[in-house]
Amino acid sequence: MLRRSFLGCSLASACAVLAPRPTWGQDARSISIGTTPVFLDDDVAFLRDWQGYLQRELRRPVAFVQRRSYREVSELLLAEKLDAAWICGFPYVRYRERMRLLAVPTWEGEPLYRSYVIVPSSDQTTQSIGDLGGKIYAFSDPDSNSGWLVPNSLLFRLGKDAASFFLKSFFTWGHRRVVDAVAVGLAQGGSVDGYVWETLKIHHPEVTGQTRVAHRSAKYGFPPFVTRSQLPANDFRQLQEVLVGMRTNQAGQELLRKLNLDGFQVAPESVFNGIAENMRMLHLS
Amino acid sequence: MLSNISYRYKIPASLSLVIVVTALAVAGPLISGANETTKRDLVDHALSLGKTLAGAVQPALLHDDMWQAYEIITTPYDRALQQRLGQPTIVVVDAQGAIYVASDPKRFPATRQLASVGPMSAKLAEIVTRPSDAPVVLEDLDPKLSIMAVPVLATDNTQLGTVILEYSRDLYSQRLLETIRKVAASTAITLAILVPLGWLWGKQIASPLLRLSSAIRQVAQAPAATVAFKAPVGKDEIAELGATFNSMVDGLKEREALKEEVLASERLAAIGRLTAGIAHEINNPLGGMLNAISTYKRQRGDAPSFVDRTMSLLERGLTQIRGTVAALLVEARLESRALTSHDIEDVHTLLLPNVQGKHIRLDWQNSVTEPIPLPSTEVRQILLNLLLNAVEAVDERGRVVSAVTPSETELEVRVENDGVGLNDNQLQHLFEPFAESRRKGKGLGLWMTYQLATQLRGRIEAQSKPGQTVFTVKLPIAA
Repeated sequence: MLRRSFLGCSLASACAVLAPRPTWGQDARSISIGTTPVFLDDDVAFLRDWQGYLQRELRRPVAFVQRRSYREVSELLLAEKLDAAWICGFPYVRYRERMRLLAVPTWEGEPLYRSYVIVPSSDQTTQSIGDLGGKIYAFSDPDSNSGWLVPNSLLFRLGKDAASFFLKSFFTWGHRRVVDAVAVGLAQGGSVDGYVWETLKIHHPEVTGQTRVAHRSAKYGFPPFVTRSQLPANDFRQLQEVLVGMRTNQAGQELLRKLNLDGFQVAPESVFNGIAENMRMLHLS
Repeated sequence: MLSNISYRYKIPASLSLVIVVTALAVAGPLISGANETTKRDLVDHALSLGKTLAGAVQPALLHDDMWQAYEIITTPYDRALQQRLGQPTIVVVDAQGAIYVASDPKRFPATRQLASVGPMSAKLAEIVTRPSDAPVVLEDLDPKLSIMAVPVLATDNTQLGTVILEYSRDLYSQRLLETIRKVAASTAITLAILVPLGWLWGKQIASPLLRLSSAIRQVAQAPAATVAFKAPVGKDEIAELGATFNSMVDGLKEREALKEEVLASERLAAIGRLTAGIAHEINNPLGGMLNAISTYKRQRGDAPSFVDRTMSLLERGLTQIRGTVAALLVEARLESRALTSHDIEDVHTLLLPNVQGKHIRLDWQNSVTEPIPLPSTEVRQILLNLLLNAVEAVDERGRVVSAVTPSETELEVRVENDGVGLNDNQLQHLFEPFAESRRKGKGLGLWMTYQLATQLRGRIEAQSKPGQTVFTVKLPIAA
């Protein structure tokens, strides 16, 4: 059975209740952080721990805000209704004039990740997305790089168009659910964030075990932490320091271990050039 | 044959059978009721789930959101119901009969025509593609499955597709089995309690019948006196039958006793006649012979002494024979004088040496005050005989009771002793001459007593048990 994504933290107040006793002054402004399924954001216990950690480090209340799609989070951020968000590189590149790059996670030593084409484990022949013509295909989110932009770029390079190449395609609105859709056989292929699949393999090998990675894409900029453009410089700096500093203390390392990340780093915009290039190719810029 | 079986088993078995049949009669409808409930439960639940899903999946179908449709049909619903009825396989089919999404995508791949999935699905596809706005319950499509088809309708009632729910009947039969097991267990417990109770009750009902039957068998095989039947208390038929039987046995006992008495007195009378006859025959020549000897003795001269000795020997022998014959030839001399208290006391005096010799405690009761018109000699003889026997019967320091009690109509002479008593055989031949119960003597005492009592138109009775032997003579007093 599939797990539904956790929506309990969609209200900032609900998450505040979960947090430890406040250690900040009455006037301390709350920081709201939007999350998307670029990581396994349905682990409530983990989110609560991370929230507690950030509150201790920032000395102010922190609220995680979740939405069903990437777009909703992006729009909240663009509307300055969120202070920061962990979003995909694709919407970041698209809206980079109206957001600020805060930090990029480091995974396997680099601020980069890949997009995977996965198929059911029973399928031993498929080697690339080009082998899945006439099949049912699962994308994660239309605003996802690994779950939509990358496979569409691959098809474009093959001279194919997703709408006609596949018998049918659909969005699951989350990488994790792409894995589920392929595992149960609803789709015969799907595009998934390589980092999410690898992390899921650690925590839920019984799910990933029902799928096989048929193709690994080139490396792209890892989904970054960004802030609204009007976030006060002080808050920006503080938030950046706390994220980057996570790898320097034990509590932070413990959280990073659970995230299956090396840490966060301040990276140049250029790590997202690959994404920008694909967007240009597909005339999406 | 049923009639060959004893009531000992028939009644308890019948009661037990009634209990078992009742228990089964109760359990049967219970199980079939549970069966119906389960069936209805399943259909009701499936239809309500189907309607809910049809409503929920409608926007997804309308907007072609396959994943949402999948999440809707695989969302865990009422867990309690799911445990009871099982997780159905759910298939959403579009208006053209193509599978849109299914909870088991491997069995029902999306976009495939439902009709192409299997022989059963072909029939199903035919049914679900027929335009309909009401749910359909299909029980006979597959013996192992219960299938419900609920149309997915747009707001303008256009059919967008159909939600098909497929329930395995395995769980349903499991539930039925479970119900049967539960009912069987409670029935078994009930039977385990009631059957032994019924059996016991049946035995209790049968028991007086069986006892009566065995008592009746006894009547046929043994003297009535040995038949014992304790009739059940109450007024029911068996109690009445028992009481009737008992009074019948009592009658039989009386008749038997009477018969025995008659037989005994007839026998004694016969013996009496015989002995009297013989005694008379002996007595007549005996008298002549004794007279001859007497005459010879008076008229003899100097006869040699050995003749004297022979004569004397003959005389003693003959005299002894006369004594015996006289004793056998008991005859009451009715002309004897009336009985007084002194006569009884005389017997006491006569008896004293024997009593003192054995250190016997003698309880002497003499209630005679007025002279009684009974021959004194015979009454004295009777009393003396009985007392001598009693003294003889007791051990050293034994006890003897003598009670002579007159009433208006009769005189009762009762003699009791605490000796070892007499057995049945001795009692039976007690009053016969030369009876073998004597310790010493000729055995003519009781014979004589009997003859005397009979001649006085009286009755004599003897009762004996260890430690108490009672002789009672009742002599009627002439008015």
